[in-house]
Amino acid sequence: MKTQHEVEQFLYRQAELLDSKQWQAWIDLFTDDGVYWMPPEPSHRTWEGMPAIFAEDKNLMRVRMGRVLHPDAWSQRPLWGTNHVVSNVVIVKSSTNEVQVRSRFHMMELRRDDVRHYAGAYTHRLKKTRGGYRIKLQRVDMTNAQAAYDYVLQVWV
Amino acid sequence: MLQERIPDFSKFVEPDRVRKEVYTDAGVFEREMERIHETLWIYCGHESQVPKAGDYYAVQLGRQPMLMVRGPEGKVHVLYNRCPHRGNMMCGDRHGNTGEFFRCSYHAWTFHHDGRLRNIPMMESGYQGTRYGRDNPECSMKRAARVESYRGFVFASLAKDGPTLKEFLGASLVAFDDMCDRAPEGEVEIVPNCFRIIQHSNWKIFLENQLDALHPSVTHQSTGRAAHEVEKMIEKKTGKAPLSYHMLSAFATVTIDKWDNFQTINHPQGHCILTGYMGLRPKDPDTLKYEKTLIKAYGQKRMEEILGVNIHHVLIYPGLSVQSPLQQLRAVRPLGVDRTLTEIWHFRLKGAPEAIYRRSLAYYNLVNSPATVVNADDLENFWKCHQGLSSDGGDWVSFARHFGRDIEKDGVVESGPGMGTSEAPMRNQMKAWARYMGNGK
Ligand code: FES
Ligand SMILES: [Fe+2]
Repeated sequence: MKTQHEVEQFLYRQAELLDSKQWQAWIDLFTDDGVYWMPPEPSHRTWEGMPAIFAEDKNLMRVRMGRVLHPDAWSQRPLWGTNHVVSNVVIVKSSTNEVQVRSRFHMMELRRDDVRHYAGAYTHRLKKTRGGYRIKLQRVDMTNAQAAYDYVLQVWV
Repeated sequence: MLQERIPDFSKFVEPDRVRKEVYTDAGVFEREMERIHETLWIYCGHESQVPKAGDYYAVQLGRQPMLMVRGPEGKVHVLYNRCPHRGNMMCGDRHGNTGEFFRCSYHAWTFHHDGRLRNIPMMESGYQGTRYGRDNPECSMKRAARVESYRGFVFASLAKDGPTLKEFLGASLVAFDDMCDRAPEGEVEIVPNCFRIIQHSNWKIFLENQLDALHPSVTHQSTGRAAHEVEKMIEKKTGKAPLSYHMLSAFATVTIDKWDNFQTINHPQGHCILTGYMGLRPKDPDTLKYEKTLIKAYGQKRMEEILGVNIHHVLIYPGLSVQSPLQQLRAVRPLGVDRTLTEIWHFRLKGAPEAIYRRSLAYYNLVNSPATVVNADDLENFWKCHQGLSSDGGDWVSFARHFGRDIEKDGVVESGPGMGTSEAPMRNQMKAWARYMGNGK
């Protein structure tokens, strides 16, 4: 029960940091070897050697962050924001130093006057550390992963 | 409609500028579909997308929904995705395997992989004495007028007459030669994933951008800077950053004036070769190992030739951008006057070490995925272009950069030395466009 509560709170915080554009704090949620991965189809078991919508270690996350914070990131200039709702949190596996969690999310994105909706599943591998949980892997399976993207994804979902 | 107002399309195009309606008018778009995308040779896909008999891929050629399908004898066919009975679409999925034959989901007419009618339920009793039946070709699925492939890349033309594929591709054949020759086995195969991204702009805006050497350091400055920072940080820590950082940081480190070192070679069909070495021969162990496998396959001299080919990428008119040194391509599918789908594929060099595949894969993911940190800013500009052109703020689009300084030989137009940012490719594309849109071929 305690783990369930802690894990839920952690996932909510992860989403909140994205929605409030606290990019560095969000990156800090990852372990040093942490990976953010969005496969283009659900059957993929690894990002290594595979096409991936995202497959980012912390260094690539820093590139993306540096880009969106630059004043000349043109596609970032328009009014833009997101709103996540995370739910259906299920602990799949738990050991002394790691928890594996599945959850579902809905995300609404505003860009200029347009609203887009995304939904999908998160799979998190969370490492237990003294300072709380850290993300070893955040896998994001978009429901529309294989559909054509009407415009691109700007940051992590 | 504009067609009535200005029936002569050549009036839309002057040597150094074009009318905005070329991008925004719905009548122009319809005629483009008819005269260009449903007439010229258009890329359908790669043979390795459909390895087994019955494998198919749906592909849009102009306004026509088509199927690329592998027959039992190994031949690849391109058919209209339509049942000749009452017009039902034959395959509703983007790709799959149809089994030994196509079977329409409405009334179960069946067809061979080459489109020929196989059977109609109760054909004898139902069609006796009518004009329909096995012998009437109108009871078969219609095929693309012409289908040809080059080194595994399949093209179709929906027009009966015209140049052969090889004649049409001409010098742009180098795109496929360069890509395939880099494979020790002389062949590439598809990586089974297609990134598909919709641009909110006219298809020609994308074509022009592919050869626009003036834009990278402006459009992609933010990504170049960010990648350069991280690249320096990694170098400090480990001595060497992955090549993909270098490719991104080039947007910032190669300043706007240096892009003039590129060169474009423009062909009358509208094709363009952008030269500029991609710097893919660092002396790291992976590259050296790859060079060894190439030497084994081709010998030292040929290996040097193959890896020395000076191509950044090749634009094949009217909608295929091939980045051969990195084994990827983008196919353009116009959806409407202001909507364009790009289908982006990556290929594996057969016989090359895994590390070489991973290197081009990293580029594919970073630059071409739906979460790209590069093309995001291009797409923003394309949308803005289309918006601006839709206004009455001006009638013309200017292509005058380095106009008058092109070097022309036998119909082939090269940008002058040190003038890589010349708008020669746009001028050349529009010249070809006017010809296709008029009566000439
Ligand atoms: S529409 Fe295809 S069988 Fe009737
Ligand atoms: Fe660009």
